[in-house]
Amino acid sequence: MAPFLFLLFAIFTVLCAVGVVVNKNAVNASICLILCLVGVAGLFVQLDAYLLAFVLLLVYAGAVAALFLFIVMLLDVQGKESFGLRGFRTIAGFVAFSLLLAGIGSVALKGQIVSSPPVNVAEGAQLKLYAYQLFTTYLLPVQIIGFLLLISMLGVIVLSKKHEIVEDAK
Amino acid sequence: MMTASLNAYIIVSAVLFAIGFFGVLVRRNTLIVFMSLELMLIASTLALVAFSRVNGTMDGNVFVFFILTVAAAEVAVGLAIIVALFRRRHTVQIDQLDTLKN
Repeated sequence: MAPFLFLLFAIFTVLCAVGVVVNKNAVNASICLILCLVGVAGLFVQLDAYLLAFVLLLVYAGAVAALFLFIVMLLDVQGKESFGLRGFRTIAGFVAFSLLLAGIGSVALKGQIVSSPPVNVAEGAQLKLYAYQLFTTYLLPVQIIGFLLLISMLGVIVLSKKHEIVEDAK
Repeated sequence: MMTASLNAYIIVSAVLFAIGFFGVLVRRNTLIVFMSLELMLIASTLALVAFSRVNGTMDGNVFVFFILTVAAAEVAVGLAIIVALFRRRHTVQIDQLDTLKN
């Protein structure tokens, strides 16, 4: 039962990821991105990272992908992209893709990452564990992250204001 | 419970990363390149969570928590840059954004 779920989510995720890359329409691509994130959240659940799965759905599929959709609608660039497979970049893309796939294949066929049986973290008390770690071991990173978010918010405001200021000056 | 082996998770993560990498190199729409970039980031976090689960510690999970936060900030700033770029150049196609080339 359990490997079946893993296979289901893995195939779903990979198919949606292919959909992100292949889709011509940016709206469809971002919908595929949302579905792909849902699949990754399913994989997280199977790894017992319930909080991360939830945060992934809330922050990524909820906020970030909605932001992507919003920007796609705002810019309204329709189908001008020439998605022809030509040029150096496409060759480079295929070479890099096949190199990565060859690496994956060699790992899958020969190299086995020796995994000791997973240690059980205290289940059920996961949120408490997170909170404890965040407010003791990782207190400084939490504050730095808060500062980073503040800076990025200010940066976004400045970036989206700048053009109007330039126009006012003219 | 750990359902599938660590190898399976790492392979899925690497395949996701490869697909995202391919998208970054091949696509010409800046927005879709950005989405592929997010895909690569998510693939790396999947590997991190899998390793953390096998290791039995919470450190990897907390690290992924931070990565998600930074990624949210990064997406906000990146999309603002794309919008500013679109206002100035009226295109988001990478082919036409070649001012630095000449």
